[in-house]
Amino acid sequence: MPGAIYAEGLVKVFGEVRALDGVDLDVPEGTVLGLLGPNGAGKTTTVRVLTTLVRPERGSASVAGIDVLEHPDAVRHSIGVSGQFAAVDEYLTGRENLRMVGRLYQLDGRQAKKRAGELLDRFHLADAADRPAKTYSGGMRRRLDLAAALVVSPPVMFMDEPTTGLDPRNRQQLWEVIEELVAGGTTLLLTTQYLEEADRLAHDIAVVDHGRVIARGTSDQLKARTGGERVEVVVHRREHIATAGEVLRRFGDGATAVEEHTRRITVPVSGGARLLAEIIRELDAHGVEMDDIALRRPTLDDVFIALTGHAAEAEEEREGTVP
Amino acid sequence: MTVAERTARRTPVPRRGGAVGQSVRDSLVIAWRNLIRMVRIPEVVVFALIQPIMFVVLFSYVFGGSIAVGGSTKPSLYREFLMAGIFAQTVTFATAGAGAGIADDMHKGLVDRFRSLPMARGAVLTGRTLADLVQTALTLVVLAVVAVIVGWRIHDGVLRALAGFALLLLLGYAFSWIGALIGLSVRTPEAATSGGLIWLFPLTFISNAFVPSGNMPTVLRVIAEWNPFSATVQAARELFGNLPPGYPVPGAWPMRHPVWASLLWSVLIIAVFRWLSVRKYRSATG
Repeated sequence: MPGAIYAEGLVKVFGEVRALDGVDLDVPEGTVLGLLGPNGAGKTTTVRVLTTLVRPERGSASVAGIDVLEHPDAVRHSIGVSGQFAAVDEYLTGRENLRMVGRLYQLDGRQAKKRAGELLDRFHLADAADRPAKTYSGGMRRRLDLAAALVVSPPVMFMDEPTTGLDPRNRQQLWEVIEELVAGGTTLLLTTQYLEEADRLAHDIAVVDHGRVIARGTSDQLKARTGGERVEVVVHRREHIATAGEVLRRFGDGATAVEEHTRRITVPVSGGARLLAEIIRELDAHGVEMDDIALRRPTLDDVFIALTGHAAEAEEEREGTVP
Repeated sequence: MTVAERTARRTPVPRRGGAVGQSVRDSLVIAWRNLIRMVRIPEVVVFALIQPIMFVVLFSYVFGGSIAVGGSTKPSLYREFLMAGIFAQTVTFATAGAGAGIADDMHKGLVDRFRSLPMARGAVLTGRTLADLVQTALTLVVLAVVAVIVGWRIHDGVLRALAGFALLLLLGYAFSWIGALIGLSVRTPEAATSGGLIWLFPLTFISNAFVPSGNMPTVLRVIAEWNPFSATVQAARELFGNLPPGYPVPGAWPMRHPVWASLLWSVLIIAVFRWLSVRKYRSATG
């Protein structure tokens, strides 16, 4: 049986650009899928298809067991959408925004009012509830936006880059809210460029690039695909690079990588902290002065670079420019 | 509980009135939202008033006395003749308001929010045009007061005058649907404002609004007489009793039956532009 969010072979072309080039997804109920990729990779378009905003040229999709293309209106009753493209009205107060969204989810006036009050309390917006949203800070606005997506406690949520542009404290707060939601059984699809965010929130990660899912798995599985640990040394003097390289080659499992200008040498290893200690002793014995030495486990950044050949945040053009 | 069960519990709880009821309710929610915005951004309403008031004063005192209507250049005659034209021009400015508002909603992502909600198709646009109708009505009230101050009077009774204002409002409502389509097409509020205004100048000037069409070159005169805008101006003038004595009524059908022509044009504009706008809205991307 397909999951709470399911997509098969989604293709969407905007003019010359194949925004989606055969996206497949399957998110089991109650889990979080992190859709990870650079700007323009197709993350937002995928969410727009699943939230009934864009019709794909090819492929099929279902959300909460309902066919997205056949019954978009029924899907809209079962989803909440939040993030970079689902906004709040800045001239309405927080309370008015939530009541409006409640009414448009077809709650009656009384229910919408009650629900708005509950959500304002829950998201710590009660004090600001009767001020126009224009006066809210970035973090408050995101919380209001998320509250609007939760008005009917939908079983399936979509969040498009929910923490982009937030400071670390607000990001942390929002993460806690999201974790609470998921603990309550909500199925969530989350797009992000922050590998840390995917690492923390998502059960499964799908890496998207050029409109395709190029890898999927848990965070650990993806890291394992990139290879194991590495030792990274930064020597103090350039003339020590050769000696240090020699030593690392003896302890390492593969070729060393040398960055001359930063005096950084990297080698894949297996053996963990014990091996690191040996390497340090050996380098010391050869009189190599070190600025830095570390045992690095692969991060999702490394995974991303290994899979796509470029860094996650390297491409600067905004995905929003692709309609 | 499986997804399907959870969904079944919450999917479309049809409420009173079925699809039509929902459509009306959702449109009113959106209209309410837009009216709140107007109250919170009163500058917009104030600026919408300044221009027509300036037109009333400038045209009355600068042109009045130089323009002959019904064979006389008496300024008071021109002032009465002019008002229906200014009223009509004012209601067409609802186009720019609707266009800019909807473009702004697209730009800020609100249209995406609305399109992901289980609300009636078209309610976002209907709500906006209804709110604009309220604003247009308020503008007309203020303008009518200014017009009375400079000497404008109705001569055929209150009921006929109200009918005249109703036709003006209907024209304004029709034009706000044109604005809706412009707003959905251009995507930025700035472009919608200028795009919503530019074409209004030839439309309102190649008409009988400010000068009698009879003195225009033939091509312009024909355009002016068939201009939907002229029909409403002529109808309002007739219903207000503002046609000067001896004013030659042109032979074109819309000028001889201005009330019917005005109604037909407005209904036609609403039908066409509502259909086009709702269609555009359904595929809109922010």
